[in-house]
This record gives sequence, structure tokens and C-alpha cells, in this order.
Amino acid sequence: MIDAAIVPAPWLTRDDLWTIATAVLASVACGLVGCWLVLRRLSLLGDAISHAVLPGIAGAFLLTGTRDVLPMLLGATVVGVVTAFMSSALSRVGRVDRDAAMGATFTALFALGVVMMSMAARQVDLDPGCVLYGLLEFVPFDTVDVLGVQVPRAAAWLGAALVLDLILMVAFFKELRATSFDPAHAMSLGLPVGLVHLGLMAVVAANTVVAFEAVGSILVVAMLVAPGATARLWTDRLVPMLWLAAAIAAATAIIGYLAALELNTSAAGMIATVSMVGYLGSVGAVSARSSLRSALRAAV
Amino acid sequence: MKHAALAFHGVSAAYRDELVLERIDASVPAASLCAIVGPNGAGKSTLIKAALGLVPLTAGSVTVLGGTIAAMRGEVGYVPQSESVDWEFPISALEVVLMGSYGRLGLFRRVGRAERMHAMDCLEQVGLTAFADRQISQLSGGQQQRVFLARALMQRARLYLMDEPFAGVDAVTERAILRVLGELRERGCTMVAVHHDLSTVRERFDHVVLLNKRAVAVGPVSTTFTTEALQRTYGGRLAIIDDAESGRTAVVAGS
Repeated sequence: MIDAAIVPAPWLTRDDLWTIATAVLASVACGLVGCWLVLRRLSLLGDAISHAVLPGIAGAFLLTGTRDVLPMLLGATVVGVVTAFMSSALSRVGRVDRDAAMGATFTALFALGVVMMSMAARQVDLDPGCVLYGLLEFVPFDTVDVLGVQVPRAAAWLGAALVLDLILMVAFFKELRATSFDPAHAMSLGLPVGLVHLGLMAVVAANTVVAFEAVGSILVVAMLVAPGATARLWTDRLVPMLWLAAAIAAATAIIGYLAALELNTSAAGMIATVSMVGYLGSVGAVSARSSLRSALRAAV
Repeated sequence: MKHAALAFHGVSAAYRDELVLERIDASVPAASLCAIVGPNGAGKSTLIKAALGLVPLTAGSVTVLGGTIAAMRGEVGYVPQSESVDWEFPISALEVVLMGSYGRLGLFRRVGRAERMHAMDCLEQVGLTAFADRQISQLSGGQQQRVFLARALMQRARLYLMDEPFAGVDAVTERAILRVLGELRERGCTMVAVHHDLSTVRERFDHVVLLNKRAVAVGPVSTTFTTEALQRTYGGRLAIIDDAESGRTAVVAGS
């Protein structure tokens, strides 16, 4: 086999490597965007949006009748922005706390999405289960041609999403940081606080949708929140936190996939499990470190 | 009368359906140190936010340095209440101060050497050079307050709006803030601060706005900050203790 020559670990097939690459791209893209949700104490919003985009996906599917990524991406991004709008409007007009408004918004939209999905499923093969759990193992069978190379469609889209995320993050780093840390002060400087928030929500929604098909909505939530939350435990600096989150996201995806392969179980489920173990392990390690430090200080 | 640095013309503002500010008319002369004083829930923070354009007005208008806030934004520094932000945020004192330059820098331009040097200078003015690289949660409450002041200095503003700059600070911080405010006034800057401690209004400020949803009294401290005006501002929640021995008057405001 020619393939074997380019495979660094001989027990892995080329398909395995593509699947791992896809999972890593999804994990890093979501992990980086998710850092901003963690910093804004909006981790729940990632969850909310990743559920709420469902009617956007289903709506795009019902309208176009295809499973093309682009219409679904557009539909979901629109719904993502609508979610952010709706939950803040609801908390203003309905006089409820922001988290209650968020909960109400995303449950309603998710329910609508489930209804629309089952309607769509009657017409064509669209399995709501796939949306929840993803089809990571089937990623290599659906390829597109990228500059003469056959690349899994999901990997191509996720790569594009990651590049876009990086460009936006570098271009608007100042604005993201200032509006996350002190929105009122940022507003007093004339920074577009509302626009940055909506933009971030749109990017979260877009990433979510692109990652959906490969890894499912449940893993997307873990991928959005876990790397940022874990990285934050280890560093007090923003830029190192982002790098570390990306590294943790990549490592989680690789370890999770290999573990799933070994144990012959769901890759998406295993990656989520690994990210949780990583987070809990970090909580333990960091608190052990700080109590060791204070014990040493007491001894001196 | 001197040209007003900040003027409210019949300003009303509401939070949800409740009116928080009712037809406020008040002006603050340039190069003065003005205290906003009033009981809890009197709308002191809202008045500052109204001046900054952070809360929508239901009536009236605000003139800032002779223009609208939108036009004068670059000239106005804001020092929010220190509990309004997440101090666990992964950012150093220096990086917080540098945020004061973000409005001036505009989109796509990054912080450079000049900004960094200016930010260190601002930290020096508040006595925090040694803490530049500290993560902000490792600073004391007073130091955090001084970082906020340094961030406002970074803006090179002419008008500073401060929400309780002296709340819960230590003696060192208090002296540092007072020194900076004095220097700013000498340069012709105007400072407006929400202030809680009635006993220090006379020594620290020269102008006062007594607020309880309405502007009860506005003017120079010497003529405006009277027992009678305070009684009207605080209603029954004010105890005035005359100490016969020292001849001094202590004012205690209930919440």
C-alpha cells in the first residue's frame, strides 16, 4: 500500500488520520471561539446557540431540499444572531434575568428545530440522531476536491472556519478584549460593544454548524467550553490562554479519537469524555499546586 | 459664570418602567471637582451613565464640554465602580491601562511603543509601576481602583466621570487619588465623582450635586452643601450629630 508509507503510525489508516484531522480542526476552531464565551461568563450561551441553530439548519434544508453546508450555515448563523437578539430583548422587555431569557429562547428554538427536523426527515433522509451525536466515523467517505487533493468535506469546511476565526480574532482582538472585560467602559470609549457581541454570536453559530455534521451538537458544546475553561485554570494571561486552549483542544481530539478506536466506541462521546477528564484533572492539579505553594510558604 | 464642562438640561431616565432621574437640570463648571451626593437608589450612577450616553434618556439632553457626548467621547474619561468588572479576567494591570488608548487607536491599529510608555507613565502617577505585570485579581481593592484611574488618565481626557472612586479604598490609595485629581484640576480638567462619604465632601470637592432622583441642590460646596439641603436630599434617613466639645458636626446617612 502506498498509503502506509505516509502514515506515521502504521496501525492507523489514512481514513483514521483524516478523521482525526477533522476532529482536531473542529475542536481547535470551537475551542478558540469558546474562550471568549468563557471569558464573558457566557458558557451557557454556547450551549444555547448550538441548540437554537437547529431550526436554522432545518429551515435551510426545507427551503433548498439539499444537505449542502452553505445554506445550512447561512440559516444557522441568522438564527444564532436572532437567539442573541431574542434573549437580550426578552430579558429587557419580559423583565427576567438574562439566563432565564436565554433558557427560554433556546429551548423554544430547539423545540421548533426538532419539529422542523422531523418534518424534513419525512421528505429525505435526515436523521435527528446524527445532529445530536454526529457522524465523525463517516467523515472520510464524503470528500471534496481541494487543489487536486481529495479532502473530507467536513475537514475543508472546518479548516475554512478556523482560518476565518483566526483572522477575525487577530483583526478585532482589541475590541474583543475590551468589550469582554469592561463593556460599560468600552462603550464609553465608543467601541461597538453590541456589534462585537452579535458578531461573536454569529461566529459561534457558524462554527457550531460547521462542526455539527462531523461531531454532533453535544460534542460541540464540550468543544466550545472545555478547552477555554481548562486553559484558564493554568494561566492568568489572555494570549497564552488562547494558545493553550488551542493545544488542549487538539490534544483532546487526538486522544479521544485514539481511545475510541482502542475501545471501539463512539469517537464524539470519547472526545467529550476526554475533555471532561482534562478539565477535572486540571481543577485537581491546579488546586493541589496552590495548596502545596501555601504549605511551602507556611513552612518557610 | 465659567463655561460649563458638563450640563444636564431637563434630563430624565428610566430603568425598566421606573423613573430613576427626573428632569435633572445641573451644570458643572470647568476645572472643578464636583461630587454627586445622595442616598442609595438616588440615581447617582445613572446620572454619570446618562452623561456618557450609556443609558437612554427619556427626556432632555446633556452637553459635554460644549458638545454632544458622541462628538466629545475622546475627551471624556470614565472610571466605573470597581465591582462592575470581573477581576478574575486574565489581564495585567498594564493591559487594563492600555485599554484607555483603544478609542483613540480605532479599528485595526494595535497598541505600540508610544502607548506602552504612556501607560507606564499613567501607572507611575498612581504609584503602581511595580504592579504593571500583575494579574488584576492579585491587586488589592485600592490598587484596582487606581488601575481604573490610570486607565482614565491614559485617555488624556478633559472631563473625568467617576463612580465612587473612594469606595472601600485604603489610605495610600486615597492620597494617590486626591493628588492626581488635584493635578488634573490644575491642568484645567474637570472631575465629577459619585461620593458616599458626606464627612469628606467639604475638604475634597468644590462643587456638589445633591441628588435624589431630582436635583435637590446644585452649586458650590460652600453655599450648597448645607444641613438643610442634606435633610431635603436624604429625607428622614439622615442623622446630624452636633458634637458640643469640638464644635464639629457629624452627618450620618442611613441607607
